[in-house]
Amino acid sequence: MNNQIIVFLKALLGSCKDLLPIILVIAFFQFVVLQQTMPNVGDILVGLVLVVLGLTFFIYGLEMGLFPIGESMAQAFAKKGSISWLLTFAFCLGFGTTVAEPSLIAVAKEAAIVAASGGIIADTVESQLSYANGLRFTVAFAVGLAIVIGVLRILRGWPIQYLILGGYVVVVLMTIIAPSWIIGIAYDSGGVTTSTITVPLVTALGVGLASAIKGRNPMIDGFGLIAFASLTPMIFVMMYGMVIG
Amino acid sequence: MDLLFEFLNTLKNTVVDVLPILSIILGFQLLVIRKPIPHIKQVGFGFIYVLIGLALFLLGLEKALFPLGKMMAEQLTAPEFIQAGETVLTSIHWSDYKWVYIFAAAIGFSTTIAEPSLIAVAIKAEEVSGGAINANSLRISVAIGVAIGIALGSYRIVVGHPIHYYIIAGYIVVVIQTFFCPKLIVPLAYDSGGVTTSTVTVPLVAALGLGLASTIPGRSPLIDGFGLIAFASLFPIIAVMAYAQITEAKARRVEKKLEKRKRIKVNKRNLKQIQKDSSNES
Repeated sequence: MNNQIIVFLKALLGSCKDLLPIILVIAFFQFVVLQQTMPNVGDILVGLVLVVLGLTFFIYGLEMGLFPIGESMAQAFAKKGSISWLLTFAFCLGFGTTVAEPSLIAVAKEAAIVAASGGIIADTVESQLSYANGLRFTVAFAVGLAIVIGVLRILRGWPIQYLILGGYVVVVLMTIIAPSWIIGIAYDSGGVTTSTITVPLVTALGVGLASAIKGRNPMIDGFGLIAFASLTPMIFVMMYGMVIG
Repeated sequence: MDLLFEFLNTLKNTVVDVLPILSIILGFQLLVIRKPIPHIKQVGFGFIYVLIGLALFLLGLEKALFPLGKMMAEQLTAPEFIQAGETVLTSIHWSDYKWVYIFAAAIGFSTTIAEPSLIAVAIKAEEVSGGAINANSLRISVAIGVAIGIALGSYRIVVGHPIHYYIIAGYIVVVIQTFFCPKLIVPLAYDSGGVTTSTVTVPLVAALGLGLASTIPGRSPLIDGFGLIAFASLFPIIAVMAYAQITEAKARRVEKKLEKRKRIKVNKRNLKQIQKDSSNES
């Protein structure tokens, strides 16, 4: 029990260190550059304590729950030997975690407002909603597909650079032909898809698969799933823009 | 009491967000794999810790950092701050925004250090590489990448260049680096682009982009406000590969030094041997 407390306190100290840069930056700009006093000091202190506690719990749970489940599922699928089930799982994981992602919902909503004000779609609530939903499902489908491609790559041992660099070429080509109002949104959509819970799960899945399959190196083959998940949405959102526009 | 209520509300939202993932995992585990989850109790507690942790984290950010950070982004981009006393910007020079670039870089760096998903990937990378990749060095390289990315992205909004010139140039750098950097780091570097921008970074960066785009004449907040996240996902790739290249170059230099020393030692030994031989002969 004592041992656990020491581990927890150490983790707590680590979280404080992780947070220190933000506190310094905010304090410097508030006092030195903007020359203002801190508003609601009490609220801020309570908030900081919560952030530190939250980060500590998250990392604690990460190594207890999220990493083990990702790896044990990867091993179970590898043992089962059914590629089609593994790919179905990969697609569901990518699609399911993205379609409900709050930051994606927020970006899609803003993108709908852009499109309506630019006259690309009718300026009604309904058409905005259908546009935002279309965008959301496009991105979710893209992420599902990305995880499928990424898992296939691990199974086959394809080198990642050709796939990713090939993807970049497609992004560049699409940028030339896609309508200009979609480009900023498309580029951003690559970054917002990967949430705090998806990332550890998907990473553990990739590393678990690469270590379960003979001849794969977990370092070279295990990482890279998230890279695909941030690349395909750009391509698909630009496609979506071309279809709508 | 209010705090507890707020916490429960955040926790509820977090659980709802996680529900799709949870049902996919359970569905496949029960219907396809059809085996009990190993160490189910531990994994279950782990999940609960993750949920509680995330809820506390988000609530704390909402309470402490987001309002302050967003307000700062607004104040630093406000015309009154940029051109003392003016309420409408007339002619702007990119250097008027020096504090914005510094703020962008500092906030990009510091929020990335606290980003939970990056911590997760860094822990995994250190574990898998057997310690060859240090979790903290990886996080610092990614954070430097985000800092440069967001500062450059803010500069782009100020001067109004089209975004794709920057992104395509960045891609070209990534392509060149890919061929010259150690193979082991490439997949991890590509991954680090996607993990940087989540819970902590996105809301603050979005506020900064919006503040810039809505105050600079000729920029539309709806069009130019986007794009900072793309910068924040591209530059970490370059930074992580650069980190690996620097580490490799350093290791090579140390090796060369050791070799040199060894050669000197061998030479000395040879010399002694020759001296001995010659003294024996005489």
